[in-house]
This record gives sequence, structure tokens and C-alpha cells, in this order.
Amino acid sequence: MIEILSASALATVQDLGRLGALRWGVGTSGAMDPLALAAGNLLLGNEAGAAAIEVPVFPFQVRFTEDGTFALTGADCAARLDAVPLLPWWVGEARAGQALTLGLPRGGVWRASRAYLCLRGGIDVPAVLGSRSTQLRGDFGGHEGRTLRQGDVLCAGAAESGAPVSGFGLVPPALALPLQVDGVPAMRVLPAAEYTHYTEGSRAAFWAREWKITSQSDRYGYRLAGTPLEASTSVEMRSHGIVPGVIQVPPGGQPIVQMRDAQPSGGYPKLGTVIEADLWRLGQAPIGSQVRFIETTWDEAVAALDQMQAWLDNVHRLVGLYRRQQARS
Amino acid sequence: MSSHEPTLSVLGTSALLFEAPGHAMTLPDQQRIWALAREAARWPEVREAVPGMNNLMLSFVCAPRSLADLHTRLLDAWEAAQPLPLAGRVIELPVVYGGDGGPHLADVVAHTGLSIDEIIEIHSTPAYPVYALGSHPGYCYLGGMDARIATPRRKVPVLSIPGGAVSIGGAQTGVSASTGPSGWNTIGSTAMHFFDPAQDPPALLQPGDTLRFRVQKVIR
Repeated sequence: MIEILSASALATVQDLGRLGALRWGVGTSGAMDPLALAAGNLLLGNEAGAAAIEVPVFPFQVRFTEDGTFALTGADCAARLDAVPLLPWWVGEARAGQALTLGLPRGGVWRASRAYLCLRGGIDVPAVLGSRSTQLRGDFGGHEGRTLRQGDVLCAGAAESGAPVSGFGLVPPALALPLQVDGVPAMRVLPAAEYTHYTEGSRAAFWAREWKITSQSDRYGYRLAGTPLEASTSVEMRSHGIVPGVIQVPPGGQPIVQMRDAQPSGGYPKLGTVIEADLWRLGQAPIGSQVRFIETTWDEAVAALDQMQAWLDNVHRLVGLYRRQQARS
Repeated sequence: MSSHEPTLSVLGTSALLFEAPGHAMTLPDQQRIWALAREAARWPEVREAVPGMNNLMLSFVCAPRSLADLHTRLLDAWEAAQPLPLAGRVIELPVVYGGDGGPHLADVVAHTGLSIDEIIEIHSTPAYPVYALGSHPGYCYLGGMDARIATPRRKVPVLSIPGGAVSIGGAQTGVSASTGPSGWNTIGSTAMHFFDPAQDPPALLQPGDTLRFRVQKVIR
């Protein structure tokens, strides 16, 4: 259905993650921006958790080997179908032979770093341990357990019944659910077990200062640079389960936020956890950019999950209305 | 942190971490963790109950509105938990200590003040019970390491160590199941496949199995 034209591009097949294999040491993987992946799928009438291509390096180009309906979400990367410009967060229709090109992500109010290419019917790769996400460590899931390369051909799965509908789009969540502090993208953080092991000054600085996303940041983790965190207590930790979003602090004091390909366990002290409802924001923050952290509570974090789900439910409802309306006209 | 009461904390809205009191990492305590995991895995809000080293992570199907009820259930279940003796298989692993496959053996020498021979003797003597799986697919956390060779995790994690690396992190030892980053001190290497996603279960070892390290060779 589509053929990858770009040389090694670090793009991977992802869905909403491999839940339920932690007992074998298998982390979740899954889209760095699950909201963009789910919304792209809903735009196409897919299940929210269908597999799509996550693109972190641009330009990125594919050719449709047969006619197909697709959605582009995530970063606004000035996409073109052959020479025709496409709007971001939009559903398009390609004819066999057409090339889809994703350019460099644009700056501006919702500068982002990863785009999602969703196909009607989802990307058809085998589910391994309950998910189609690529598990790079261990080489399974996704497309042959690896990043995509030039010449790879990916097919779409069976689509829902009804004619494809294209030529419509969405207001991205970065605009619909904005969160910034002093003009800088922000994420809410729930303090974790070792939060109080850091000096009061360090904790205050963690919330008050900007943190830079260093070039040593990827799907495994974001290594941040800022005022080093100073521990007032030092303990040798016992290894324990962790989740994407956990902020570990190695002895050097520069935090590492665990991302989707993170190990499912670890032993560095944990300052806090970027809440699940905001982890997509960090997943979209480009290398070299600055972010801020906001202290939150359990109740606020659960309410944020509700708000995210309500946005997705609304997308689902509106897309359904539009698709039914188009089918009648 | 009190040393007599368990500690409960959250990992965002995705999971809850239960830590048994004390820092000894004893087998009876771990057997109580296995019993607690078996119990908690049945609770409706729990997706997985994942044992760590004398701790237990509960991942949520859906974040509960309130944690109070879950906290109470966990603490009651811990009080009631009796050591669950899981008797598994014994697996022997031949290890090449030192050399290119054990680049941090010198750091363990420097930290402990012991000789290479003493470290290898101490490391290869015990039978190590598999306490838990984690870190990466098929990786086992082992109990039973002699405290004399405990060495702190590295200040800066190493970006890539190969599968089969035998390493020490704090008071623990283990063998990596595939190539990847690690904060531990690698002292040797072994050849063994620990994970195959096409098998059921996909991991070679599970809690209750036992590993033994046999000295195949020492490279100085």
C-alpha cells in the first residue's frame, strides 16, 4: 500500500502501546504522542489504537502503491501530496503512484517534533504480545522489530465499512488543550517517592526554572539540562517498576524523563512523574527546546486524564457526524 | 522513610509502587512480595502486579478516583501475606570474567578493595534466586549477592552494553538479555538467550527459578 522512499529515518510503527507484558520485562513502547495517533485514527474511522507510522526525522517520503485514504497528525510539517500542499491534522486521499512528502516541522505556537501518518484500516503488521508497537530492545513488534528503511512496503488493514471520507481536519490539541508557563510548553508532574530527598532549593528550582531537552534525548528518555538537583539524602535504591513519564535523577543531578521505549524498571531516585495526560506534550517537545514543570496533585492528574479523554470522545463524535453527513450527501 | 512500615507512592496516574520495609532484600520478604502480587493481580483496577526487588508495582487498567481504598487493601494484604515458596528450575551460566566483556571489573576492584580472584570467587559461589523480571525483555533481577562485592551504580549510565553482560549495580547482580543502555558495572559476559516473543511464556526464566554462574575463563 505504501513504500518508504526515505533512507533510514528512525520512523517506527507504533500503536497505543504494549500493555500487560511488564511481567516479562517488556516495556510499553507506543506512540510518543498518543493523542495525535488516536486522533489520526479517529479521523479515518479506525479504532483509536490502530497502528500508524511515527516520524521523528524529516524530510520523510512515502509512495502510495495503490489508492488510499490517510490522515496526518502531530507536527505541522508542510506536507505535500506530489506538489499539492496539505493542511496539518487533515485527512487526504492519495492515488496510486503519488508521493507524500513530510517536510521540516514548522515553528510557531505549536512547534512539534513528531508526525503521525495513519492509514485507513491501520498499518497491518502482526500483533506481538498484544501490540503492534515496535519494541526496539529485543527486536520485535512493529515492522520486523526495527525502524523503517527505504524500500519497506507497509499495507493497510481492513477498513470499517462505508466509503472513505476525506478533505476535513481537526484543531490540534496543542491549541485545544494548551499548557504553557511564561510562554514555554509545560507538563504537570506528580511528586514521586524520593521527591523529599532533594534540597528545598533544588525542588524550588525544579519548578521555577526552564529545562533544556538535550541532544541525548530519544524514545527511551529525555535527558534534561538545567540547575543540577542536589540530594540531601543518598540511598542505594532497590530496582522497582517504573512507567513512561518517571523523572529519574542519576547522581550527576541532571534528570532523565523516561519516555515510551523506557525500561519497565529502574533504580535511580525518582523526583516525580510527568502525568500521562501531559506526556504527549513532552513527546512533541523538540531537542534543544525548553520546557517547564508544574507541580500537581492526584485529583488534578486524574481530572487531566478525563479532559484528554473528553477531547478524544468529542473528536470521535464530530468525525462520526461529519462522516455520516458526507455519506448522505 | 520508616524502616518498619511499607511505603506507598504513585508513578503518575499509571501505577502505584509498594515497597516492603527495610533494605535487606531477603528471600522470605521477596516470597511475601510474590504472594502479594498473586493477590493484587486479581483486583479489578490492577492491570499487572509486577514484583521488583522487595517491592511491587501495580499498573492500573484505569486510574482510580481515590487511592485510599487501594492503599488499605494493599497494606492489609501485605499483613496477611505468607512467604510463597516458588520452586523453579536451576540454570547454570558459564561466564567469561574481565576483558572486553567485563570493562568495569576494575571499578569493582577499586570500590571494594578486593582482588579480581576474590571478586570472581565471591560472585560465582552463590545460587541466585530470580526475584523478579524487569529492565528489558527477559531480564532477571537476582537475589543473593554477597554484600562484599556491592558497587554503586555508575554516575553516568553507559549508552550501550551487549546482551549477555554480567553486571553489578549496588547490592544486586544480573545478566543483560539484549544490547542496550545500563547504569551497572559490567564484570563479565555469557552467551544465553533469555527471551523469545514467539514462545509462551516469552521469557526463559521466571520468579522462583535459580541461576548459577560458572567461571569459564578469567581475562586479566
